[in-house]
Amino acid sequence: MDFSTLTLEIGAAALALILLVVGLFLPDGKKGQVGIVAALGFAFLLVLSFLAPGSKGPFFMGQYMNDGISVLFKQIFILGSLLVTLMSLRFTRRFEDARGEFYVLLAFSLVGMMGMAGATDFLTLYIALELMSIPLVVLTAFEKGSMRSTEAGMKYVLLGAMSSAILLFGLSFLYGAAGSFGYGAVMAALTGGQTGPLVVIGGIFALAGLAFKVAAVPFHMWSPDIYEGAPVPVTAFLAVASKAAGFAALLRFFPVVLVPLGLGMTTLIVLIAALSMVLGNLTAIPQTNIKRMLAWSSIAHAGYMLLGVMVASFAGAAALVYYLLVYLFANVGAFAAVTAWSELSGSDEISSFKGMWKKSPLISTVFIVSLLSLAGIPPAAGFIGKFFLFVEVAHKGYLWLVALALVMSVVSLYYYVSVIKTLVSEAPEGETSKADIPLALRAVMLVSAVSTVVLGVLPGPVMGYIRNILSTLSS
Amino acid sequence: MNEAVLLCLIPALPLVGFLLTGLLGKKLGRGLSSWIGTLTVAASFGLALTLFIAHPDGFAASGLGIQLFDWIPAAGLTIAFGLMLDPLSLIMTLVITGIGFLIHLYSIGYMKHDEGAPRFFSFLNLFVFSMLLLVLADNYALMFVGWEGVGLCSYLLIGFWFTKDEYNAAAVKAFVMNRIGDLGFLLGLFVMVATFGSLSFGEVFAKAGAMEAGAPALTLITLMLFVGAVGKSAQIPLYTWLPDAMAGPTPVSALIHAATMVTAGIYMVIRSHVLYDLAPIALTVISVVGLATAIWAGLIALSQRDIKKVLAYSTVSQLGFMFLTLGVGAYSTGYFHVFTHAFFKALLFLAAGSVIHALSGEQDIRKMGGLAKKLPITYITFLVGTLAISGIPPFAGFFSKDAILAAVYARSPLLWGLSIFAAFLTAFYMGRLFILVFHSKDRTTKGVHPHESPWTMTVPLIVLALGSTAAGFLGMPAVFGVPDWMAGFLAPSAGEYAVGLEEGTEWLLMGISTVVVLCGFIFAVLKYGPGKVVPTEDKKTRGPVRWSLRKFRVDEFYDALIVKPLFALSSWLFGTANDRGIDGVVRGTAGLVAWVGGRVRLLQTGNIVFYLFAMTLGVIVIAAVAALG
Repeated sequence: MDFSTLTLEIGAAALALILLVVGLFLPDGKKGQVGIVAALGFAFLLVLSFLAPGSKGPFFMGQYMNDGISVLFKQIFILGSLLVTLMSLRFTRRFEDARGEFYVLLAFSLVGMMGMAGATDFLTLYIALELMSIPLVVLTAFEKGSMRSTEAGMKYVLLGAMSSAILLFGLSFLYGAAGSFGYGAVMAALTGGQTGPLVVIGGIFALAGLAFKVAAVPFHMWSPDIYEGAPVPVTAFLAVASKAAGFAALLRFFPVVLVPLGLGMTTLIVLIAALSMVLGNLTAIPQTNIKRMLAWSSIAHAGYMLLGVMVASFAGAAALVYYLLVYLFANVGAFAAVTAWSELSGSDEISSFKGMWKKSPLISTVFIVSLLSLAGIPPAAGFIGKFFLFVEVAHKGYLWLVALALVMSVVSLYYYVSVIKTLVSEAPEGETSKADIPLALRAVMLVSAVSTVVLGVLPGPVMGYIRNILSTLSS
Repeated sequence: MNEAVLLCLIPALPLVGFLLTGLLGKKLGRGLSSWIGTLTVAASFGLALTLFIAHPDGFAASGLGIQLFDWIPAAGLTIAFGLMLDPLSLIMTLVITGIGFLIHLYSIGYMKHDEGAPRFFSFLNLFVFSMLLLVLADNYALMFVGWEGVGLCSYLLIGFWFTKDEYNAAAVKAFVMNRIGDLGFLLGLFVMVATFGSLSFGEVFAKAGAMEAGAPALTLITLMLFVGAVGKSAQIPLYTWLPDAMAGPTPVSALIHAATMVTAGIYMVIRSHVLYDLAPIALTVISVVGLATAIWAGLIALSQRDIKKVLAYSTVSQLGFMFLTLGVGAYSTGYFHVFTHAFFKALLFLAAGSVIHALSGEQDIRKMGGLAKKLPITYITFLVGTLAISGIPPFAGFFSKDAILAAVYARSPLLWGLSIFAAFLTAFYMGRLFILVFHSKDRTTKGVHPHESPWTMTVPLIVLALGSTAAGFLGMPAVFGVPDWMAGFLAPSAGEYAVGLEEGTEWLLMGISTVVVLCGFIFAVLKYGPGKVVPTEDKKTRGPVRWSLRKFRVDEFYDALIVKPLFALSSWLFGTANDRGIDGVVRGTAGLVAWVGGRVRLLQTGNIVFYLFAMTLGVIVIAAVAALG
């Protein structure tokens, strides 16, 4: 066994433990500095992921895999953790106690996500998924004084448990059919002729469990409530990193059931994707709270991204990774802007955005760039991301699906632009207090907005990198 | 310097201007940023002119192309960031930068007293940059970026300027309507990828040339692209955004209507003429839509009271003429009208802006009148614009409209008859506008003292008036014995076209159209001339006039047909997802899910029992679907 395969996982776990210890040693007034250590740690991991992404290959008798897909996803998770940490520095200062734990939980959740990207075995997948989810629940309920936050945490536990149950149920059926936990072995057994109703039901339930994680219709219901209730940085983390982890697991798992079940599985994913696009976009329109709106929009985006899973090809995976990256920057930018603004105005209702343009052109610009990217307007990166994805779908012959996705993205424009319309309109009364944005948050906003534009204008280098990693590290 | 470098600089300079004025606008101050914005466009015009002088044939042989880098490396479909200059894009570039420069110059005076001038100029520059990208792109994907860019900029220019809600609503409407068209464009592109495996002009046209005329894929692609053109160029049914977009400052209206944006649809169809030639169905659709729009918008323009709205509907109508011409296959003739229209429409808008400026923001023509003596330069130039757009010889509009009518006649005398009617409408509403603004009784509000505008505003008017007079000579019909420079110049890009009418017929057609236009003027004088009524109060209008005034209630129709149902649907979905709708069902089956411990009371919207129920239901339904499918 070559432990260097797990370089990044070991690094993230070590970071979590270090943060735990650092938190203990810091005096009461200075526990907030754990956040800075965490940011440095994540930055180090990010650099490490480029320099030494771990040696390629399976690990621990085929239960785990380090290849192109997992390296790319790990980089997305680390990037998400880093940006969310920087967003949270001011937020965690509000709490009298337990500031350090916020970052410890974040790091442990990161380890779980990495595990989801690497798992090639049902048990490993399940353990990784729980390792990711349980810290997320605590993070969601982190504002102990807030009923909403606590309630959101409780909902997350209950609904998460339900989805885990569904997943486990499905996996047990697949195990029953194939007699093994390993993806490779299951696939081989199923291809060998085992395609009875046991496999169909198992495959559907397992996919449903994962669809919960990416918040695709009809397993999306948790997300608006929990997004609204959770603290904004946690919401951003859920929307970005946890969703990406779900896609990482789907990308690996889908081919396992796709091969034996063929068209049926593709139809299923197409159905879920179409429903997510339609329902997510239409329901986002009447929302009055920005976090709920972004939650519905993220449901719709899960629909677009499922198309990348459905394509089930090298190019599809590359397009999906690119889209996730674009989506990450757009969402982090939007949530960072919401964080900065709600510090100022004390509200995350869309109606409170009036007068934002006058008061803070920086927040407004970042917000607008992020929303335009989510809407898919060039030169923001969202356009290129959609283009890559939809071209693959078109190549696959699903032109009607492309048409549906495009129609829905026009619908989505309506609610994104409505937010922009609100923020450029005049404030009801003339307050003149200038925006005071913490340095780290400012950096997050600028990085997100600039990355969004760069990824939209010059997609070549990043896409080239993604393809390169995917092909050189592929197993 | 290398010509390819010059080509890159043409769009790059306005981009630099945008960045400079956008990022440093406050430090540079109003005056300096205005001039930076204006001079970058002037420099682009200079470069384009240099290239044109060096190659008077417009690089007809093979075009001037440069591929800067691989832009979108999708699998099996790499799209380069490539620019291309050929006769069509060269003349478009000259118009965009030339007229764009005049509009910038004019804006210096117009925006003199406005605090937001730097931001305004940065958006204007971005607008010009996007438009240049649109026409210089050597593939459809990059063209689409420019295409979206102009939509975005018009949104910014209309919406950012005025933070009041009504303007903002107009901006959102313009943006969303444009996007509906863009949807068609994008769909067309994806079908193109699926059919040809490429989006670069050269490759697509070469592969299409090998296909049979009337192939379904080609018809689909061309129709989809045309939907995009309908949105951008404000044709039926997506025209209602353009008149509303008049809410923006007047120079923006001029830019949108004359040099940029609305001509994008025409440009795209001409650029894709290889595809359209092979899709006769699409061409028929284009000519029908174009003609219908020309008449429809003309009818609405008859009774509008806002000076800019009349001009806006006249743009819609003129664009209809252009599409009609493209529909009969006379691409270069259609472009000729774009070219002349750029001059006189920019002129009319800027002159209207001068009137509005003089009257301290008044736009209602019922409160104008008798301005001829007070605004002499504006008066004369507006007169030139009116004669040109109506098609009085020898002004520019006469030659281009005559060429259109001849081409349409050659195809079908019936279409010609309807077009002549549209031309009559043009003359009538332009005559009405001219009389009500400059002649007739002085109805200006008391206390307003009209004054002529500063030189930065009048100079562009004069230059444009000269252009509106002379531009037509570039495309004189063959019967005059002068070579038709425009058709010859554009032939490498837009295909050869000859009307093929007999000389006598052509003279006759010209005569008829001139008489019809004169009749239009005479009617206008009879109705609105000395001692006649000015438009009445809204309440007193009756019958067809009221319908025209109310724009045939199309906005209300769209609202009832699309906007309201969409909202109803989304609220309904919201309701069901939000435990209001299906909640009753869940409560009925609450016994099934009692294991949670009964219904959990929650502060927030959303009910856990329902969510769990719905999730389970979702799995079951999907399992059922999969089992059946």
